[in-house]
Amino acid sequence: MEAAINMGLLTLMAIVTLGIIRLRNLFAVVILAGIYSFLMASVMIVLDAVDVAMTEASVGAGISTVLMLGVLYLTKVEEAQPTHTPILPLIVAVIVGAALVYGTLDTPPFGQADTVMNTYVGADYLKRSVPETGIPNVVTSVLASYRGFDTLGETTVVFAAGIGVLLLLARAKKPKRRKQGEEGDDAS
Amino acid sequence: MELAAKIVAHYNQWITIFLMVAGLYVVVARGNMIKKLIGLSLFQTSVYLLYLSPGKVLGGTPPIVDPAFEVYSNPLPHVLILTAIVVGVATLALGLGLVVRINEVYGTIEEDEIIGKGEGE
Repeated sequence: MEAAINMGLLTLMAIVTLGIIRLRNLFAVVILAGIYSFLMASVMIVLDAVDVAMTEASVGAGISTVLMLGVLYLTKVEEAQPTHTPILPLIVAVIVGAALVYGTLDTPPFGQADTVMNTYVGADYLKRSVPETGIPNVVTSVLASYRGFDTLGETTVVFAAGIGVLLLLARAKKPKRRKQGEEGDDAS
Repeated sequence: MELAAKIVAHYNQWITIFLMVAGLYVVVARGNMIKKLIGLSLFQTSVYLLYLSPGKVLGGTPPIVDPAFEVYSNPLPHVLILTAIVVGVATLALGLGLVVRINEVYGTIEEDEIIGKGEGE
């Protein structure tokens, strides 16, 4: 049953992705990207990653969609028609995909408990979390305690990106006057 | 029958690969900057699935320890992907900031038109 729900949701995600590739109206594409994120959150719940699903629904479907809609407001909604045929990227994509599918054939099947990945580190965290940290939610204890430095690094990245956005948009205000001057130069 | 078993066993990975390749295609083939960024986030989200799928144990529950349950899914990929989601949004925000800036300077977000304007000056 779990596997069937999982496969159904994944198929829907693939269909939404085809829509994202084909549509040229960026507003529709952004909304489809939001739907895609919600489907991704549903798949994550089926895959037992409830904390990740909550983050994906709020950050992926919420904040990302709002950011992209804001940028659409500041730019253009229609995508231009392509000037050259996308044959080469299509060939590259198909070759990369075929190589990756070939690589998956040797991997363990879906949902097994006795794979290498699920037997050592993950199982160890599950055993040690409550005695060592007293936190029943293992994801929380690993995130904040065992791998606290990862989270520190993540915070640094977010901080750097925030400064970057601030610098970009603060710079954008000053050259606005100069831009009008430049447009005048072009006209003359 | 064997083929059906193989499809069920690897369906997650194949859809992951499809999403990844779709993201790659959009990034390379489309000239519109916003579309490129959406392709990039498709690529990123496919990696979430790549990590979470093998951590799932069929019949297991989310990794919140309780005496009522014995089988849990692997918590480690969840932690890694939790970090990846936040970093992904941070990079997306930075990219969108760049797009706004490019639009202010060039008046367009189409790659071909920007290259044409660069040559014209």
